[in-house]
Amino acid sequence: MSLTIEDISFTYETGTAMQVTALDHISAEIPDNQFIGLIGHTGSGKSTLVQMLNGLLKPTSGRILYKGADIHADNFDRKNLRAKVGLVFQYPEHQLFEADVISDVMFGPKNLGLSQEECQRRAHAALRSVGMDKKFYEKSPFDLSGGEKRRVAIAGVLAMHPEILILDEPTAGLDPRGRDEILGLISEMKNRMNMTIILVSHSMDDVAEYVDRIMVMNRSHLVYDDTPARVFTHYRELEEMGLSAPQVTYIMQYLKEQGLPVSTEIFTLEEAAAEILAHRRELHV
Amino acid sequence: MFKSITLGQYYQTDSILHRLDPRVKLSATLLYIVALFVVNSFPGYLFAGIFLVCMIRLSHVPFSYMVRGMKAILFLLLLTMTFNLFLTPGEPLVQFWKLTITREGLSTAIMMAVRLSFLVIGSSLMTLTTTPTQLTDAMEAMMNPFKRIHMPVHEIAMMMSIALRFIPILMEETDKIMKAQMARGADFDSKNLMKKIQSMIPLLVPLFVSAFRRANDLAMAMEARCYRGGEGRTKMKPLVYQGRDRIAYVILFAFFAACIAFRATSHMVPFPLGALS
Ligand SMILES: Nc1ncnc2c1ncn2[C@@H]1O[C@H](COP(=O)(O)OP(=O)(O)OP(=O)(O)O)[C@@H](O)[C@H]1O
Ligand SMILES: [Mg+2]
Repeated sequence: MSLTIEDISFTYETGTAMQVTALDHISAEIPDNQFIGLIGHTGSGKSTLVQMLNGLLKPTSGRILYKGADIHADNFDRKNLRAKVGLVFQYPEHQLFEADVISDVMFGPKNLGLSQEECQRRAHAALRSVGMDKKFYEKSPFDLSGGEKRRVAIAGVLAMHPEILILDEPTAGLDPRGRDEILGLISEMKNRMNMTIILVSHSMDDVAEYVDRIMVMNRSHLVYDDTPARVFTHYRELEEMGLSAPQVTYIMQYLKEQGLPVSTEIFTLEEAAAEILAHRRELHV
Repeated sequence: MFKSITLGQYYQTDSILHRLDPRVKLSATLLYIVALFVVNSFPGYLFAGIFLVCMIRLSHVPFSYMVRGMKAILFLLLLTMTFNLFLTPGEPLVQFWKLTITREGLSTAIMMAVRLSFLVIGSSLMTLTTTPTQLTDAMEAMMNPFKRIHMPVHEIAMMMSIALRFIPILMEETDKIMKAQMARGADFDSKNLMKKIQSMIPLLVPLFVSAFRRANDLAMAMEARCYRGGEGRTKMKPLVYQGRDRIAYVILFAFFAACIAFRATSHMVPFPLGALS
């Protein structure tokens, strides 16, 4: 068990007129080697929750345990925790600052006190795993396209070799192709590196294909925490929260209502096509 | 982490002070500051203090907010007090080592502290109850006569309102970038000065980049809406005086007149400290 979230709550600007409760009594377990989707409508508290996990924000009440140790205990090494729990912020390209791509990626490892060679080795490996070519290494990060910048920023966190990688809306502001590329990259990384990945998004279509588990946030509460199939059975409730099941799930649901005995636990286009073809016979009658 | 700075920040709530015309509040603040220098006696300061407390009560802003603004000037306050305390010549009260506290010194130190605190609390009261937009509207309206001498009043007001609007945005941005770099192991609370300066680079570079990007976007957006300066520009919400504003002006002038009266009837020693010696 890597991270344990024990009944945490969080309030911004306590004691003022602008007081907002962003998290309300949330508990969950984040085990090793799992792909988790964290879904919620705008303002539901997703970003706040993920900032709890690496100790950037301190819960107003409740505890967060990393391998059984309270991360806000006085003697806990939070800097080390931030290496173990890598967090890629929303619009991470806004944090680039170095003169060239490779130095920017080396910033994280350097802060861990590693040698120059080790930093370099890690930076190269990280850039390779996000699909950035050698020819970019000496370029200024400010001269890259939006999608490329984002990859560099992700590499900057990957180079710290986290056990848990959290990506806050990594597809925000990208076109469909950039979106698919980033998502493909993430799921491939998951398979190759055996780490836990938490993917924050407000679109079910983004995560349904890839994840093992979905956590749904609504108005600072954690409302569902289950396998995709079981979460999507609540598609009516999801709609009320401003979310939705993946589009193909709706088609399957409709087909079933119309009398075709297809499975409704389907989230990808390919599976849907296969399932419909399997029931071809019944279609013709 | 930057939220603790209240000097110059708006506190959202509903009160008579919030609804008052910003021109009234701006004049009131200026007049109050002048009044603080007009009165020079204990009863005068007591009167100004009571007036301030009444205004704070009327504003529905928690008192703790005013005091938080004081933190920013605490150092200045202590410095002024210390200098006045030890360096004013006069009748010695306490003497130790080479330092002498005189009766005049103690009296001036207290007076300076009171003046400075009232001044800061009074001006925070204005910014806490007035949005930056309203404030610049008021400034533009009140500086209007200077247009005659070709002062670019509208441009100055526009620049100020943009600058004010950007303060919270940039603060939020700073907070975000700081967190993002901390997630990459950056250490911003280093005690070592050299390291502290170095650690600012990963914060300042993205901050400047983002400030320029925002400025650029804003300029583009203003141009796209055909903004071309103040010539012939009308307002969606023009400032119009209401009944309550007139009453406020009357109260204000009564207060100021009273302050002048206090001055005229007082002796020169601000705080009678006869009991101390
Ligand atoms: N720095 C802050 N100060 C005050 N309130 C905040 C701050 N950050 C977030 N909030 C508030 O906390 C609530 C949760 O915000 P959060 O950023 O966690 O939402 P989110 O689920 O990540 O939304 P989005 O999908 O838009 O990124 C919101 O109501 C927001 O207004
Ligand atoms: Mg968010």
